[in-house]
Amino acid sequence: MVGYIDKIKEISERLLKEGTVEMVIGFQKGTLPMMNTPCFAKTPEDVGNFVWDSHCGINLANYLTDRKEKIGVIAKGCDSRSIVTHITENKIKREQIFVIGAPCKGMMDRHKIASLFETEIRSVAENDGKLIVTAGDGEKTLEKADLLQKNCAVCAHRNPVIHDELAADPVEDQKDVDRYADVREIETMPPAEKWDYFDDLFSACIRCYACRNACPLCYCPTCFVDESQPQWVGKSTDPIDTKTFHFLRAYHCAGRCTDCGSCERACPMGINMRMLTKKLEKDCIDAFGWEPGLDLNQRPPLDTYKMDDPEDFIK
Amino acid sequence: MGIEPGRLHFSWISSAEATKFVDVVTQVTDAVRALGPHENFVKHMPKVA
Repeated sequence: MVGYIDKIKEISERLLKEGTVEMVIGFQKGTLPMMNTPCFAKTPEDVGNFVWDSHCGINLANYLTDRKEKIGVIAKGCDSRSIVTHITENKIKREQIFVIGAPCKGMMDRHKIASLFETEIRSVAENDGKLIVTAGDGEKTLEKADLLQKNCAVCAHRNPVIHDELAADPVEDQKDVDRYADVREIETMPPAEKWDYFDDLFSACIRCYACRNACPLCYCPTCFVDESQPQWVGKSTDPIDTKTFHFLRAYHCAGRCTDCGSCERACPMGINMRMLTKKLEKDCIDAFGWEPGLDLNQRPPLDTYKMDDPEDFIK
Repeated sequence: MGIEPGRLHFSWISSAEATKFVDVVTQVTDAVRALGPHENFVKHMPKVA
C-alpha cells in the first residue's frame, strides 16, 4: 500500500497543474506517529507533502460538505461510499469532485498498537506487511494483519465504489467475513444485561465529541448537543446525558453509516461506539436489504416508501 | 440498548380514528404500567451537600 503514493502524487499534481480541480485532499504526516492528518493541496508544490500508509484512517469525505469549488479527493472503499452518501444527500455535486481511488487493505488500530507498549510510541515504519514500532521501551516488529482497525478487519468493500482514476489495481475483497458476530451477541442479551453493557461501554466517555467531528455524516450546521434553546440533552458527563448523545448520534447515522471507523479511531478513550452504528447497519440490511453508499442512483431507505416494507412492529 | 420490549409501541392512527386512538393508548398505558417504573434511563440531579 505504501507504493501508492507516487501514483497519488502524480495524479494530484497533474490535476492541479491542468486546473481540473482547485484543491486535492489527501494525507500528510501528523505530528504524532500513526496520526496522519488531512492535507489540502492547492498548488502542485503542496502535493509534495502527501503521504500514504496504513495510518490514513480518517474519512476524507468529511471535508467535502457544502464545498463550492472543484475538488480532487483520495478515497478508500469506505470514503468513496461516504462520498456517494454526500452526493445523494446533496452535500456536493458529482461533477465537482474528482475521486482518486485508493484500494485499501485496512488501516492500523492505533489504540491497539499503543496498548502493546508501556511508553509512548516514537516512530512507526512499515514494510511488506509488517510494522516496525519504536517506543521508549524498545522496538517491536508486528504483523499488520493482527492490528487492523476493527472495522477494517470485517470490511466487505475495500475498493472505491466510485472513482475517476485509481491509484493502484483493485484489491481482492474479503470473502466470508462475519460482520455482525458481536452485534448478534448483544442482541441475545436480556434488557438489563444490555443496559449494563452500554453503561459500561460509554462510562469512559468525556463528551469531547471527537467521534462526531470525525464523522462524515455529522455535518449538521448545529448539532443537537450544541443547541441550548431548547437544550435537548445535558452537556455534562452524566451517564444518562452521555448515553443520550451516543444513542441519538447513532440514530442520525441510520442507513447512512458506511462503518468507516472514523468515530472509533478519533476517540481518545478508545470507546467502541461502532456497536451502535453496526446494529443499525445490520437492521437496515435485514429490513430493507440496504447497504449505504454503493449506488449513486438509489434513494436511501428512510426516504423511500415501498408497499412491501416490513411493518411488523406497527400495531 | 436495554429498554424492555413492552415499553415501546408503534401504531398508525388517523386523526379520524378516535376510537382506535383510545384503544391503543389504553393498551399502551396498561402494558407499560404492568412493567412497572423504568429506573434506568432517568437522569438524577447531582446531590448537593
